[in-house]
Amino acid sequence: MKHGPLLLRGLALLLLVSFVIAPQRFAPLFAPLTQYGAPPIYDQGNLLTLTLAHLGTVCLAAAASTLIAVALAILVTRQSGRAFLPLSRTLVNIGQTFPPVAVLAITVPLVGFGEIPTLIALFAYGLLPIFENTLVGLQTLPPAVTEAADGMGLSARERLFSVELPLAMPLILEGIRLSLVINVGTATIGSTVAAKGLGEVIIAGLLSNNTAFILQGGLVTALMAVLLYEGMLAVERRLCRSVRTD
Amino acid sequence: MSALAAPLTAAPRRIEPLGALLTLAGALALTWLPFVLVKANRIVPGTPLGVGAALPPAVAGGLIVLLVGAAAVGLCVGAPRVRLLAALTALAGLALAVGLAGSLLTPGGNRVVRVAPGGAFWVVLVCLGLLATDALTRLRPRPLVRVLALGLLLGIVVAALASGWFDHLSILREYAVNAARFAQELRRHVLLAFGSLLAAALVGLPLGILCHRVPRLRPGVLGTLNVIQTIPAIALFGILMAPLGALAGGFPALQRLGVSGIGAAPAVVALFLYSLLPIVANTASGLARVSRAAVDAARGMGMTHWQVLRGIELRLALPVIITGVRVVLVQNIGMVTVAALIGGGGLGTFVFQGIGQTAIDLVLLGAIPTVALAFSSAVLLDALAETLERR
Amino acid sequence: MITIEHLAKQYGTKAVVEDVNLTIERNSIAVIVGTSGSGKSTLLRMINRLIEPSAGRVLIEGADTREEPAHLLRRRIGYAIQGHGLFPHRTVEENIATVPRLLKWPAARIAARVRELLEVFQLEPATYAHAFPHQLSGGQQQRVGVARALAAEPAVLLMDEPFGALDPIIRAKAQEDLLAIQRRYGTTIVLVTHDMDEAFRLGDRVAVMSNGRVLQFDTPAALLAHPADPLVTRMTGQTDRALRLLSLTTAGEIAAPGAVPGPTVSAAASLRDVLSELLWRGAEAASVTREDGTPCGHVSVAALLRHGRSP
Repeated sequence: MKHGPLLLRGLALLLLVSFVIAPQRFAPLFAPLTQYGAPPIYDQGNLLTLTLAHLGTVCLAAAASTLIAVALAILVTRQSGRAFLPLSRTLVNIGQTFPPVAVLAITVPLVGFGEIPTLIALFAYGLLPIFENTLVGLQTLPPAVTEAADGMGLSARERLFSVELPLAMPLILEGIRLSLVINVGTATIGSTVAAKGLGEVIIAGLLSNNTAFILQGGLVTALMAVLLYEGMLAVERRLCRSVRTD
Repeated sequence: MSALAAPLTAAPRRIEPLGALLTLAGALALTWLPFVLVKANRIVPGTPLGVGAALPPAVAGGLIVLLVGAAAVGLCVGAPRVRLLAALTALAGLALAVGLAGSLLTPGGNRVVRVAPGGAFWVVLVCLGLLATDALTRLRPRPLVRVLALGLLLGIVVAALASGWFDHLSILREYAVNAARFAQELRRHVLLAFGSLLAAALVGLPLGILCHRVPRLRPGVLGTLNVIQTIPAIALFGILMAPLGALAGGFPALQRLGVSGIGAAPAVVALFLYSLLPIVANTASGLARVSRAAVDAARGMGMTHWQVLRGIELRLALPVIITGVRVVLVQNIGMVTVAALIGGGGLGTFVFQGIGQTAIDLVLLGAIPTVALAFSSAVLLDALAETLERR
Repeated sequence: MITIEHLAKQYGTKAVVEDVNLTIERNSIAVIVGTSGSGKSTLLRMINRLIEPSAGRVLIEGADTREEPAHLLRRRIGYAIQGHGLFPHRTVEENIATVPRLLKWPAARIAARVRELLEVFQLEPATYAHAFPHQLSGGQQQRVGVARALAAEPAVLLMDEPFGALDPIIRAKAQEDLLAIQRRYGTTIVLVTHDMDEAFRLGDRVAVMSNGRVLQFDTPAALLAHPADPLVTRMTGQTDRALRLLSLTTAGEIAAPGAVPGPTVSAAASLRDVLSELLWRGAEAASVTREDGTPCGHVSVAALLRHGRSP
């Protein structure tokens, strides 16, 4: 029961890695999908480079979102930032009704084409789940624990770093996971604004009516998203074994 | 007046932190960013104009007074009603001013020159919007009030756009050019989003009930749906194109029904698959939170299985199920945008065309209605869930 | 009359209820008492077929309960449970009207019945009819639960730990109310509890259950006097059985003629309470008066000692 999914994940990872390193070996699989002798494997760029660029963009944006979102959530849950709390909650609610594409599309005209608008859009959209989860984590601490921390004479700073943040950690990590997964998808759309990434492969397929390209771009992205999700889940379980969320 | 004066005298030194932040941002934007951009055509970068240059002195002065007033209220008055009123008044003034600038700066009869709202307009708009949102949040309006307020807001916006006052602004110019297509793509957008939701509800509800009744199925079903959710939209569209194309090629009857590798079919199937998880998961967890005692009592008093399911279990799970529907609808409205990439149509068509032509107005013509649609759905369904929860 | 014949329930190889035979008289209260896991709830739930028996049968007024569809059977039998199980989305009035509505009573009859029950259960209709369950106190919720169970005038009422969630004072009141209501409507009640005091207080006859079997089904006095099984002795309380016995008789029942100097007790007081009062006062005897204040004799410590002796 427990080893089945693990095996499946291992196979998925193996498949992903071998495909991006040596895509030509898979050419016979994709050949039936092409017409008029079109190339079965994406030939306008190196798949490995594209995959790494995609992953790099996603991770960079997620790192920035995490820093800012956690800092903001800490700020609005301190006494000095209370005034911003109601608004920030509403904003998260409203923000989540913005489609990622809209965020990306609005950024392009402001900063031009390339990596930058994609990074900004991923960063902005990635803020929401992390901020929301951190906020929930910091606000739903068991009162007995925070009172005990105060009772033992912890300073506000000590309380934050040794009690509040560790207890909120499972939720923060979950927020990062959601953010990462959304980013992998949004980054594909980034290719429509000339960001380097796997979207390029799909778009090329769409433009040249080459189903093989679309399929391999889609599969690599999907595998990457699923593996990132599962990987983060494993990290969460390892880091938070001692912290019960309920 | 007394409402205004009381907090001023009671706590003269207390400055609202949010008001301070918004005032600072608004002031910086008005100083450094253009109020409008005048472009010779829709693509070239425009000439930036500040408030003073874009508007007649009297109007510019009036606008500044209105904004300073709103800033003063934002800085010093704590009462949410007053803050809301000040923000809304200033918003109306700001909108009227930008519309007027559009008319004044467009040479008569010229259809090529575009007047676009500039950075200062957008920043001040957002600042005032935040001030209003914050006040509204603090007022904690009841669900019905929220829905009425949304209706009123949409009514005012539509009436204002129809009045012609804003016709010379670039986005509306873009709309005028694409009016017929806009209506068509909007309809298609709504149809795709709601259609896939409906299909997902028809399948997801029974599946959720099944997961609740047969707990063994739950991890498998939810796990699978979770993996599907992780797959990026564009990737799933792409993956589905191949089999659907093959299906259509193999069965001409399906093709006549509109199934093909390109277009709406892969989009609907993908959206349907994405929609399943929130509906199934929320149905199952909504049913799980129904009091066992209530269900036991209902059965013990002689309700049939169907009566218990419909009258007690589903009714009590409904707020949670509606929350799932809200998630799906908001998610679908956003993802339909991406469907434009594979020829699925919808408002995303304008977004991607706009990106292609670097025409921000066209992007906004697609993006703003999408956001409005998603936002309105969220407000409506949240209100519905809250009302049901209260009863 | 409810007749239970060779009733049994098995889950796989595990027997939860084994070969139970009981006859419950009309207009009486039968209490099933036992530890958790003794099968008492399962036994109760087989009477209205919330659980289908593996073997045996249940007859109500001579008719086999399997003769009609389970949900129609249940509409004729009242059912009240621990934690009340009120429907949170329906008002008190709608909750009480549940079964009459299922039975398609005319609206006027339903309204009259709801009103009557609210008054019987001391819930002012103007205040409570349109309240939602979460707006009521725990005791009120429990009363609405019982009122709902009685709404369609059932001849039989099944109760599964109905007072389990109440605190002791409200619980005592609820037990008193139940006795009054049973006298008023003459309902046959089968009640499950793990609380022996409650069983002795409410039950005309008490069934003591352990490991799926009914060890003994008898009057409280007989359970104390002639336990059929060492386990019955243990469960009915070996150390305070004399006091339990005293608690089953009232002062009025054994009062000897003539008044005595010293404290006065009510005729309705149990002998246990009278003994406690005499010990506290250091008195040898107490005068007994009826509820209206008229004297009806006296009770002496010697008489109490005689009554507490093993029969």
